[in-house]
Amino acid sequence: MTYEELEKTAAGKADLINVRRIVRDQAEKLAANTGYRKQVLVCGGTGCTSSHSRQVIEQLEKSFEELGIDDVLIVKTGCFGLCALGPIMIVYPEGAFYSQMTPEHAKTVAEKHLIKGGEIVKELLYADTVHADGLVIPFAEIPFYKHQMRIALRNCGVIAAESIEEAIAAGDYAALAKVLKEMTPDEVIAEIKAAGLRGRGGAGFPTGLKWQFTKQAEGDKKYVCCNADEGDPGAFMDRSVLEGDPHTVLEAMTIAGYCVGADEGYIYVRAEYPIAVERLNIAISQARKVGLLGKNILGSGFDFDIHVRLGAGAFVCGEETALMASIEGHRGEPRPRPPFSAQCGVFGKPTVLNNVETWASVAPIILKGSAWFASIGTEKSKGTKVFAVGGKIKNVGLVEVPMGTTLKTIIYDIGGGIPGGKQFKAAQTGGPSGGCIPAKYIDIGMDFDNLTSIGSMMGSGGLIVMDEDTCMVDIAKFYLEFTADESCGKCTPCRVGTKRMLEILTRITEGKGEPEDIEKIKEIAEHMKSSSLCALGQSAPNPIISTMTHFASEYEAHIYDKKCPAGVCKSLLSYYIEPRKCRGCTMCARTCPANAITGVVKSVHEIDPAKCIKCGQCLENCKFGAVVKK
Amino acid sequence: MTQDIFEGTEEQAAALKSCIESHRGEEGALMPVLHEAQNIYGYLPAEVQTVIAEGLGVPLAEVYGVATFYSHFSLKPKGKHKVSVCLGTACYVKGSDKILEAVEKELGVSCGECTPDRKFSIESCRCVGACGLAPVMIVDEEVYGKLTPKDVPDVLDKYMGD
Amino acid sequence: MVNLKINGIAVSVPEGSTILQAAKLANIRIPTLCYLKGVQCVGSCRMCLVEATGARGLVAACVYPVSEGMEVRTNTPRVRKSRKTTVELILSTHKKKCLSCVRSMNCELQKLALEYNAEEDRFGTDHDLKPIDDLSPSVVRDNSKCVMCTRCVAACNLQTIGVIGPKNRGYVKVIGSPFDVSLAHTSCVNCGQCVVACPVGALYEKSSVADVWGAIVNPEKHVVFFTAPSIKATLGEAFGLPVGTNVEGKMVSAIKQLGDVKCFNMDIAADLTIMEEANELLKRLMQGGVTPMFTSCCPGWVKFCEHYYPEFLPNLSSCKSPQEMFSAVLKTYYCQKTGIKPEDLYVVSVIPCTAKKFEISRDELGHYTDAAITTRELAKMIKEAGIDFANIPEAEYDKPFGVASGAGAIFGATGGVMEAALRTAAHILGGEGSPIEFKEVRGTRGLKEAEYNIGGGIVKVAVAHGLANARKAIELIKSGEKKYTFVEVMACPGGCINGGGQPYVHDEIRNNIDLKTVRAQALYDHDRESKYRCSHETPAVDMLYKEFFAQPLSKKAHELLHTHYQPREKY
Repeated sequence: MTYEELEKTAAGKADLINVRRIVRDQAEKLAANTGYRKQVLVCGGTGCTSSHSRQVIEQLEKSFEELGIDDVLIVKTGCFGLCALGPIMIVYPEGAFYSQMTPEHAKTVAEKHLIKGGEIVKELLYADTVHADGLVIPFAEIPFYKHQMRIALRNCGVIAAESIEEAIAAGDYAALAKVLKEMTPDEVIAEIKAAGLRGRGGAGFPTGLKWQFTKQAEGDKKYVCCNADEGDPGAFMDRSVLEGDPHTVLEAMTIAGYCVGADEGYIYVRAEYPIAVERLNIAISQARKVGLLGKNILGSGFDFDIHVRLGAGAFVCGEETALMASIEGHRGEPRPRPPFSAQCGVFGKPTVLNNVETWASVAPIILKGSAWFASIGTEKSKGTKVFAVGGKIKNVGLVEVPMGTTLKTIIYDIGGGIPGGKQFKAAQTGGPSGGCIPAKYIDIGMDFDNLTSIGSMMGSGGLIVMDEDTCMVDIAKFYLEFTADESCGKCTPCRVGTKRMLEILTRITEGKGEPEDIEKIKEIAEHMKSSSLCALGQSAPNPIISTMTHFASEYEAHIYDKKCPAGVCKSLLSYYIEPRKCRGCTMCARTCPANAITGVVKSVHEIDPAKCIKCGQCLENCKFGAVVKK
Repeated sequence: MTQDIFEGTEEQAAALKSCIESHRGEEGALMPVLHEAQNIYGYLPAEVQTVIAEGLGVPLAEVYGVATFYSHFSLKPKGKHKVSVCLGTACYVKGSDKILEAVEKELGVSCGECTPDRKFSIESCRCVGACGLAPVMIVDEEVYGKLTPKDVPDVLDKYMGD
Repeated sequence: MVNLKINGIAVSVPEGSTILQAAKLANIRIPTLCYLKGVQCVGSCRMCLVEATGARGLVAACVYPVSEGMEVRTNTPRVRKSRKTTVELILSTHKKKCLSCVRSMNCELQKLALEYNAEEDRFGTDHDLKPIDDLSPSVVRDNSKCVMCTRCVAACNLQTIGVIGPKNRGYVKVIGSPFDVSLAHTSCVNCGQCVVACPVGALYEKSSVADVWGAIVNPEKHVVFFTAPSIKATLGEAFGLPVGTNVEGKMVSAIKQLGDVKCFNMDIAADLTIMEEANELLKRLMQGGVTPMFTSCCPGWVKFCEHYYPEFLPNLSSCKSPQEMFSAVLKTYYCQKTGIKPEDLYVVSVIPCTAKKFEISRDELGHYTDAAITTRELAKMIKEAGIDFANIPEAEYDKPFGVASGAGAIFGATGGVMEAALRTAAHILGGEGSPIEFKEVRGTRGLKEAEYNIGGGIVKVAVAHGLANARKAIELIKSGEKKYTFVEVMACPGGCINGGGQPYVHDEIRNNIDLKTVRAQALYDHDRESKYRCSHETPAVDMLYKEFFAQPLSKKAHELLHTHYQPREKY
């Protein structure tokens, strides 16, 4: 099939996509044109697949056969964003949002809702989409989605992730066609620059400028690379884009190839993302088949092809020179810059490297114009940003909001707040390279410069929410363990500095901290920031510095009082049974793995601190709240 | 040092050979070949790395340097069932360290080790992207989410039988 | 040219220069550790950090390019503090057995620690000692002293050997051979370039000093030393003399003061090698033998050929190396002449080379050499003996193996064996008045090629120094692109004067002068001043053929002066 033929059939399916995008009353009218009475979209992203969405689809297919339903389309999409509620299933044109589906639930929905004349099964809907008076609220209007603005994620959860036809029907490749037919490379670069798009991978470097440098670099061979080595443990927006809309990445890379004069590209993706890898490979072969990749793309005379390279578990490979070393088949050790990759990148050739989310923002800029994009966001941070919101928050998931949206909106309006009525303590952004935002900054607008100004950073957009039960010293130690483990070992400050700092922090959490430890940590941290070779080492101390700045008293409690205020650091804890509350039920003694609890039935039990291993089993199992942690 | 005895089949050797052939002359072939070799053998023993070094014309020390750099590559055989506990931030904040402890306790070996009967091996990983289900563990390909330490024995029980 | 200021001093340097290079012109010292000119430039140790306008943080002077109008500061509190902390962090990982370390007083880390006022225990000390690999006959690795500069790995890769490399990442990264096997069980050729690249005591030669002292004090033993051609040009460095000082007289004098020993001149064995090798080449050419013929003096090269190009073993000259020829002569001819029982004669060769330590263990060579000690080990013995090297009077080699030709002396530099052979071949074919100097084969260019008309025939020669060039030459021959008659190979870049057993020279010196050229010059000067310029003129050689071997390639010569080779596994 040629692209032109595919474009035609895809155009015929535009309404199929519109049904999923347009509000209910119009969608219902549109649905009549599509040939399908209803469409069932089931999330096939990693989150929902992990909670068995595949089995939900299988059950739907089975039920359809049994019930003779042949006019309902099942679509396996990418991520809807609300991962905590997976598997998620949305039925159009109603926009009915079913959550936490099981095969049994799917059967029920098929029988009661999807069947001709069926009705929405309210009790299986996500509770927030059912109004107190029983009316069903379209999911786009619930708080989680209402405050969002989806640019990079525009097609995720909307199109069938493995269908190039649906991708094209949803608008993918229109920007490429426009670029190849109507625009010169300089015009495209000017447009990206005017849009103010900055790299979403962490550093926030202006994308258009990057392309311009690569275009200006001399070289007979150039490359375009995609950084899909999403290393921040807790960020998964890149994965979602690759799983939900892989074609937009291929399209944007091809556009960049046209701009800088490259004919080959690499996507460097984590091996831990098998679904993303599979969909990328499917997308690439589909694009090749219809001439969207390969020789003479869309008859323009421009050649471009893309290869997928798998990472192998190294955080440092998110750093551009390390990533390129890895593509070249070496250890992922960064090298000093200059030369910058625009001059000397993969295999020593000029290379433009952007992160997945950045690539996903390119096509809308081309189609809707730089002015539109630049109108969103803040003065120096344009457009939207995807955050992977996790940790102690109700709506764990992916959230795309205009730059400058406050942390409060993200946590409370979109995220649904902290579960269990706990107090918000801090949010960590930027992963192991970032820092924490304490509660007092909850009204901060989230953009590149604001976050940097308070000692955190945007990073790739991981946002981990922590409550009163989180020990900030322990969190600092957690991140440092991560960076110490992920340090490539090339330069002295990072190789040795992470280890020495970790030793000191470990000592502190074990109650062996000494007053001078704070100064020593600060000294090593400063040294790593000023003297490490790459961004990993330079930013590795950030979580420690920021927790020390904002939560100094917690460090002091660990060092001077030998106490962990949040009750996390095991060595500093003791478990104790309140005699007044103990009913002598013997539950604690029976579950104690260390036989540290003595007492007979109906008498007060006691914990022997010498034997106690501080596992917390007694606390968890006591029905009377008699066990306390101090 | 105890050496694991390498036992490779002729089919595996042939698969490795054709993998190397298909990448010969390709720039940066080492990583893809190591990935495929690990898929074929389950791990990267010295014998396999030597064949790769010779086949791609890369010094063995470099092959070994790359294989030991990336945590995804293993130089030791894995258990029949691979148990992996996510220690990414989202999971850690929700107590995945306690899940790992429970797994270690249940199987009687530490993270990074293989049970003596080679049935299970335990490892930790950094985020599989299923943060919505935190804390998670993965057995083979199957993801188990929203776990508590108490769930661990039941999950592992499913794999004990075979 | 680019104009910049370093600490306020204006300098003008070619475009593409680094800050380190520019600073040298302004006479400003910037400390280095992982940088070694011609070997490695990776900016990883972070010792050379400086402040530069236009850069966000501190930048590594060894890799950072200069730009117009740049202002560099190398002596700010921030820079000094960074350097001090870097040294202190390294010291926290270092086995600080400095007093008894082979590199004590000559250690680059020690020097930096002193200069930056580093406290050795500020960040504690890692007490987990790593195993020492001392199974190789040539090289010992003590990773507890490793500072992770990776200069050794770069040196090994430069030789295209690559038997060592990094393992793991982060703090647990270590340098070693794959799968933790000993270096002894790899295809290491023992060239020792890793040892001379090491800034600290993590790599050193397997020492034979104790054995030699044992032999010297043993009344039953007659100890004979002989010194390789290049030692005279390098030993002085170990005593603070400028690089390139010829200390032949003092060296002989010092050796004789070590005890009741004799000291002979190995240059004679080099001359003897030429007699055999030149005749072997002529024989191959006349009788249609395998060509091109490769020299075989260098044990690193021989082992390289056995491991990596066994198909070329027939091309290797069957001549033993000068060390092995000399030892064989001493244990036979010399013993017969003096009446010393061969088992009572203890032969010590002083060599610039760690590979020779492996060579003496080869069965096919007959175990005639009892100990091979490096220039460094000899220096250590001289110091241990309390000899005032700088001030001792010069002495002459013992008879009958004292006077050699200049051709023998230049064996120590790349191209020297070739030139010596050409001198004698030209004489054999062309008679008196044949050319003496063949300057095209001298110098440190990569693979050197020349064509000579010798006795009416055209001889195409090639000279490879460093194993990368050797590999290049072989590949050219293999592909049929080049046809040579005779190829000289020395494993070490620059030849023996830059051997793995030569005195340690700090990066700061190596980064600013070319050791290979300066040391070689001492040998060429020696040659020019020699009474005899050609191997066949050397009286001792004449004597050996008259009294013992009859003629080159004779049966007896074959028995004692020639050998054979064995293919070895690559892994």
